[in-house]
Amino acid sequence: MTKSSVSENTKRQKPAKAILAKDAKSPANANLSSDELIDFYSEMIRIRRFEERSLRAYQQGRIAGFLHLYIGQESIAVGCISLMEENDHVITAYRDHGHALAVGMSMNECMAELFGKSTGCSKGKGGSMHYFDPSKNYWGGHGIVAGQTPLGAGLAYGLKYQNKKGCALCFLGDGAINQGAFHESLNIASLWNLPVVYIIENNGYSMGTSQERSSMHPDLGLAARAEGYSMNWGHINGESIFDVREGVKNAMDLAREESKPSLLEIHTYRYQGHSIADANHKKYRTKEEIDDYRKNHDPLLLYRDYLVDAELLTEKGLKEIDQAAKTEAEESAKFADESPFPPESDILKDVYWEEDNPDQKLSEGRIFFND
Amino acid sequence: MSEISYRQALKDAMIEELEQDENVVIIGEEVAQYNGAYKVTEGLLAQFGPKRIVDAPISEAGFIGMGIGASMLGIRPVMELMFWSFAYVAWDQIINNAASVRYMSGGKINVPIVIRGPANGGTGVGATHSHTPENFIANTPGLKVVCPTTPYDAKGLLKAAIRDNDPVYVMESTILYNNVGEVPEEEYVIPLGKADVKREGTDVSLIAHGPSVLVCLEAAEILESEHGIDAEVVDLRSIRPLDEQTIVDSVKKTSRAVLVEENKPFCGVDAQIAYLIQNQAFDYLDAPVQRVSAIDAPAVYSPPLEKIQLPKSDVVIKKILEIC
Repeated sequence: MTKSSVSENTKRQKPAKAILAKDAKSPANANLSSDELIDFYSEMIRIRRFEERSLRAYQQGRIAGFLHLYIGQESIAVGCISLMEENDHVITAYRDHGHALAVGMSMNECMAELFGKSTGCSKGKGGSMHYFDPSKNYWGGHGIVAGQTPLGAGLAYGLKYQNKKGCALCFLGDGAINQGAFHESLNIASLWNLPVVYIIENNGYSMGTSQERSSMHPDLGLAARAEGYSMNWGHINGESIFDVREGVKNAMDLAREESKPSLLEIHTYRYQGHSIADANHKKYRTKEEIDDYRKNHDPLLLYRDYLVDAELLTEKGLKEIDQAAKTEAEESAKFADESPFPPESDILKDVYWEEDNPDQKLSEGRIFFND
Repeated sequence: MSEISYRQALKDAMIEELEQDENVVIIGEEVAQYNGAYKVTEGLLAQFGPKRIVDAPISEAGFIGMGIGASMLGIRPVMELMFWSFAYVAWDQIINNAASVRYMSGGKINVPIVIRGPANGGTGVGATHSHTPENFIANTPGLKVVCPTTPYDAKGLLKAAIRDNDPVYVMESTILYNNVGEVPEEEYVIPLGKADVKREGTDVSLIAHGPSVLVCLEAAEILESEHGIDAEVVDLRSIRPLDEQTIVDSVKKTSRAVLVEENKPFCGVDAQIAYLIQNQAFDYLDAPVQRVSAIDAPAVYSPPLEKIQLPKSDVVIKKILEIC
């Protein structure tokens, strides 16, 4: 029936250093090379520096609309995506910059997209919430809370239909779990044995509303709602990238090998507000809470310490990687600044496949209606 | 040629496309084991098996969103809504995801889905089951919508819809399912965006879609025999894309237009058609463009009232006599 692997660490412990050292020995992590281990740090710091640079760019008026920063949650995107193989696919909501960089999209195209430039990954048509790269099996970037959860089931359905051994990773926030579409997706995924892994990135708040004030769930947590759908579920400690890898790998294997879905809850935190527009994020949370996370549970800083303790990197080596990330982010802002905006004619492009492929168009008649 | 029902025509279209493209899959409530709530998919499960013909739980947002996700990987789901009235529970998927994903990705993705099902009232099922949302779909860039009236149109348009690489929504009608009409034996496809002049005439253009086309044809017969008025009946068939040329050519020929649709008036499809006509054929018009729509209230239950609420030939004739 249902397996559950409730980690003993559903409540955060301190100090966390010992946790990483222990988690590093788990099966999903024990055979990682030094290069791979160092790469995880480099990827996480690249995300953080990109997010920080985009925050500055927003404050300088370069970016319009919303900006939902991933700072504090980097271990999840990097950990999960490091497990992806050829037939695995990933989709997430609007806090999507980390996932985009983790699948290998460039800082240049991501920053240019924020600036609304034609060199952006969506040619400036999508913005912060809508990064996509099918060539890297990355399907966005979605603005409606939980709107992507049926799509995640669809990616899994497509893989299974095409007899491909793979799985879909579908990320969502703790605020998305109460949307109807999510429940429909869980039911369908379980009913039809779809190889989808739903991952709740639980940072404790759906915008300004804490988990306690929004969600009813069993004592064993949000993920335990999966019991209602006879689905496998589990908790993961987001402060340890190793725990992320271990827990998610088990679920991915279950999906790939047995075509069974899972609902995972990864405990994490975000330093910034829900989005840049969230002026209250230091009011609905306490300074103590934010500082505690930074001091004791930041996955990036903890991993940094782990690498130093394990003598995989020196402080100097870490600084070099950090500086490289900062430089790369700075250059992406320069690239974005110097790139052109899209031409007016782009407004009517990419609306219909047929209009963008006129030599293969079969339909006739009028398709756009401005005079 | 053979005479088959509108229902059979839809089924034949699906069978032919299922046979030709292994990525086509039919998904909906009661489409498989029940053989279809309106028997449109009758026999398909037996012929194609449970992988190609899939029974969904009552979860329109879930299974339609799932179909959209799968289509990004190249699957071509043909999803049935038992009533288009049920689309609203899946509206976020139908409008936000299906229509926007291509645009927001800068053209990296397309969504080759079909959603089909009956969009009509007139069957005593009340206000929440009688919607005709083609106007909402037509208002959404990124989506296409067709409304076939005859078996010939139903088969040709559904085939075109399935082969289209954009989302195409097909508005059928339970009232039309039993109607028979001639359909060629050989394979054919009707391109989206082509209207059809169902009756040529000289005195007034009756422009309609869906069952209202039949109302107009009936009115045209009476107009000719009892009033000496020769009406042209233009069946739009495709709402978006729209065959504007045929509409304008017709009105330039007749100088008068009466637009008929089952939908409610405000921002119905015919509001757009009326604008187009006056904008492009202004100097040809000898009278204001007229409209007949459903009476502007939620669909009433009581059968005699429901009959009155929907466009009928006597109302159409009355409108025409005001301007002819």
